Amino acid sequence: MEAIELKNVTKRYGGVTALDGVSLTLEAGKIYGLLGRNGAGKSTLLGVLSNRIFADGGTAFINGNPVGSSAAQDLLFCVGEANYYRPACRVKDLFFWAGKFYAGFDETLAEEIAGKFRLDVNRRFKSLSTGYRSICKLTLALALRIPYLVFDEPVLGLDANSRELFYTLLLGSYAKNGGTVVLATHLIEEVASLLEEVVLIDHGKILLQRSAESLRESGYCVAGPEQEVDRYCAGKHVVGEDRLGGLKLAYCLGGREPVPAGSPLQFSQMSLQKLFVKLTEREAENG
Amino acid sequence: MQLDLLSEKPIFQQIAGQIEDAVFTGGLAEGSRAPSTNELAALLGINPHTVLKGMNLLVEEGILEKKRGMGMYVAQGAVEAIRRKRQAQFYRQYVRPLLEEAAKLNMSRADVAALLEKEEKHGSD
Repeated sequence: MEAIELKNVTKRYGGVTALDGVSLTLEAGKIYGLLGRNGAGKSTLLGVLSNRIFADGGTAFINGNPVGSSAAQDLLFCVGEANYYRPACRVKDLFFWAGKFYAGFDETLAEEIAGKFRLDVNRRFKSLSTGYRSICKLTLALALRIPYLVFDEPVLGLDANSRELFYTLLLGSYAKNGGTVVLATHLIEEVASLLEEVVLIDHGKILLQRSAESLRESGYCVAGPEQEVDRYCAGKHVVGEDRLGGLKLAYCLGGREPVPAGSPLQFSQMSLQKLFVKLTEREAENG
Repeated sequence: MQLDLLSEKPIFQQIAGQIEDAVFTGGLAEGSRAPSTNELAALLGINPHTVLKGMNLLVEEGILEKKRGMGMYVAQGAVEAIRRKRQAQFYRQYVRPLLEEAAKLNMSRADVAALLEKEEKHGSD
């Protein structure tokens, strides 16, 4: 099966459970958003996939190959926060070595992308600013043709122009070459329109996995007098509530029920970010 | 082209709507090449599958047509097809919301009709 498959993956750091029996399938060919709050377990999950972190339990496969096997390693590239490059190395040397290690790496394309970001390839990695270190790593990933590209908070420290350029280049490459992209981030609004499927993780567990479109269509807010809102919400999947004076707002997931003409209820769309905040807030209260 | 991610309308329908607008107002003439899925996806920062879904909507409605290996083109008769479709939607999209708002404001149908009449006179001045 062409997919990333996790089965019951668990990772503990001392008394903290970073991943709590996570089972997840990411089919090949889509752009996924792995969304979660700080400390939700996003980076640990990506670390397990890229074999940088060893799980305490469970199994992880990439296209049926166990993570850690060289077959799995050849299928996935992860851009994370950590810098694994020799600090004294020049950017162009990093490109050279990437070409040696990865058959799908296009050195000419890397130089072209570096030019677009105004990344000086003659600079040493250690002399780059935080933002340009990120850009350097993103450039490596964007010039690489590999079935699975995984990004952990890719745009941290990047200015608006560079972020926009990254999204454009990523979509361009995806549209041209296909492949599977996983974007782990808490900057939800920025990536919302890029995503085909959303995986929401909280406290080391998968809260939900759904197509971005169906989430956007099914999340809505209903506002009105408390009694009316409560009557409407009975039996519905309510993920959160707010109060504004005498007005009650309820955030619902699912089909919208028609209301009679003259009803005081007002409906509005809920953004992916609002939905995310409400879902993870509720988890915190319950936990 | 401007998309509203918070609109109740799904993104693929907004994309279809904007291309349709461009065809209807003559920006994209009948027989001309429509923008490619990849061009639109990169320009708008939208998942290419979403863009394709929107364009396929227009193919189903006979507004765009696929030419094998060449991409999508604006179909002959597209403008007329859009006009017929929009006429059919006119009541639901414009008249009903107008009457609903009027009802909230305690305005009768006669009040609304009077305003329409006034607008017509004003327009012909």
